[in-house]
Amino acid sequence: MELRGFKNRNVSPGYIFFEGEPKPLTSWERFKRFSSRAVKGELFVGLWIVLREMIRFDIHTVQYPMEKLRMGPRYRAIHKLLRLFESGHERCIGCGLCEKICISNCIKMDTKVDEKSRKLVTQYSINFGRCIFCGYCAEVCPELAIVHGSSYEHASEQRASFGLKEDMLTPLDKFKANKQKEFPGFGALSKDADKFVKKTPLAY
Amino acid sequence: MIETALIVETVVKAVIALAVVAGMGAFATFIERKILAFMQRRLGPMHVGPYGLLQLAADGIKLFTKEDIIPQNVVKPIFVIAPVIASASAFVAIAAVPYFPEFTVFGYTIHPIISDINVGLLFIMGAASVGMYGPLLAGLSSHNKWSLLGGARAVIQLLSFEVVSGLSILAPIMMIGSLSLIDMNDYQIGGVANWLIWKQPLAFVLFAIAGFAETNRTPFDLIEFEAEIVSGYATEYSGMRWGLFFIGEYANMITISVLVSIIFLGGYNDIWFIPGAIAMLIKVSLWIFLFLWVRAAWPHVRPDQLMWVCWKVLMPLALINVLITGIVLV
Repeated sequence: MELRGFKNRNVSPGYIFFEGEPKPLTSWERFKRFSSRAVKGELFVGLWIVLREMIRFDIHTVQYPMEKLRMGPRYRAIHKLLRLFESGHERCIGCGLCEKICISNCIKMDTKVDEKSRKLVTQYSINFGRCIFCGYCAEVCPELAIVHGSSYEHASEQRASFGLKEDMLTPLDKFKANKQKEFPGFGALSKDADKFVKKTPLAY
Repeated sequence: MIETALIVETVVKAVIALAVVAGMGAFATFIERKILAFMQRRLGPMHVGPYGLLQLAADGIKLFTKEDIIPQNVVKPIFVIAPVIASASAFVAIAAVPYFPEFTVFGYTIHPIISDINVGLLFIMGAASVGMYGPLLAGLSSHNKWSLLGGARAVIQLLSFEVVSGLSILAPIMMIGSLSLIDMNDYQIGGVANWLIWKQPLAFVLFAIAGFAETNRTPFDLIEFEAEIVSGYATEYSGMRWGLFFIGEYANMITISVLVSIIFLGGYNDIWFIPGAIAMLIKVSLWIFLFLWVRAAWPHVRPDQLMWVCWKVLMPLALINVLITGIVLV
């Protein structure tokens, strides 16, 4: 394969170079340019477009507290700690990868070895004042234990809200009611993603 | 006895005109937000009251209860008086504007004009021009760069468009031979064919452009253009002082709409089956809509473009129009 064709970055066959319209030299040419611009009616095209949109009345407003947008699975909001579907135990094995990869150093975890000589996560907290919601923790987690949820309304009275282990871990009653949703995986598409696929608008 | 009746009638009319124009001005802010929103595929104010109708009341309460900030280093007496000048001159101008045809209530004929002076048009234009002192003094006294630039632009604008509006209105005045708006209205009695817009189309266009400049509406809103000079002359103002500027602006909008309707669009004469008062309301509403429509669609011009278009294009056209009108009349 020949790379020479790619190395010339400046000229590509499809490009149209626009040098700008020629400068009028004489005053007669300047007058012609002025009158053609003045009579072109572009101003009225603008007026028509906004009036058309008003008549069409295709309103895009989402009236937020009453209506909410559905968040896609890729949305990275407040984290959740999930449980194993089979046993209801916490999925987190205390490997500490999320703590290591966290680029804003906001994840802290404490572990100990319990009586069955398995690793037990005693404390797990995320400082949401520092978290930049990059998603590395969810990406690196080998057990799909820490994931991003889709609740974006996290105004609270305390800094520590949402960030402790008991806040993020799926509560047992909710788990037993089969309400824990599986995380489809980092970077998963929404179910109706095919609907939104469009051709690239080449006309632009 | 007659004197007393005249005084009482004038005072009542003045109060009614003031209240109605101020209320319409406040309502125009709501309509403006709604129409701009619809043209931009938004909904506009929706939460306060049905379809956001009570937003007006909310805004009023907010403006009245806000802290009245007078910054350090401002020239306080001028800073305080400038918004009053802006709105008072706008309301003074409506004194000579006839809104409706005269009508009779309980055997008493009412002329819906506060004072039919024989130089009515001159008075209105003069009072509206005095309104430019509001932005100018506000800009000079605010001790703020952006306000100063806004004030300077106000002077530029006044010097540019005032010539055009004066000269463009001269041709209709020559045809009618009177400065009274009632005479102008009576000149166009007898249907759409008698409207002055057909005889003076150029003067109509020029006066409309000058009207946009006079009310600081969008293609010429350079004295308070956010992207360039924050808020222009109004940068340092808050609360009701700020509100007074905008009441003045909307009152000016209504005045200009009424003026255009009376001088060029047949005034309050009946059209076919539509009675004159309704026709007048329709015309004024359409003009207010045009102001908002243009604001949604068009970008604004630079100060040098405004001066260029006023002095090099519009003023010669207005002079030519006056000349041709004079030749035709002679």
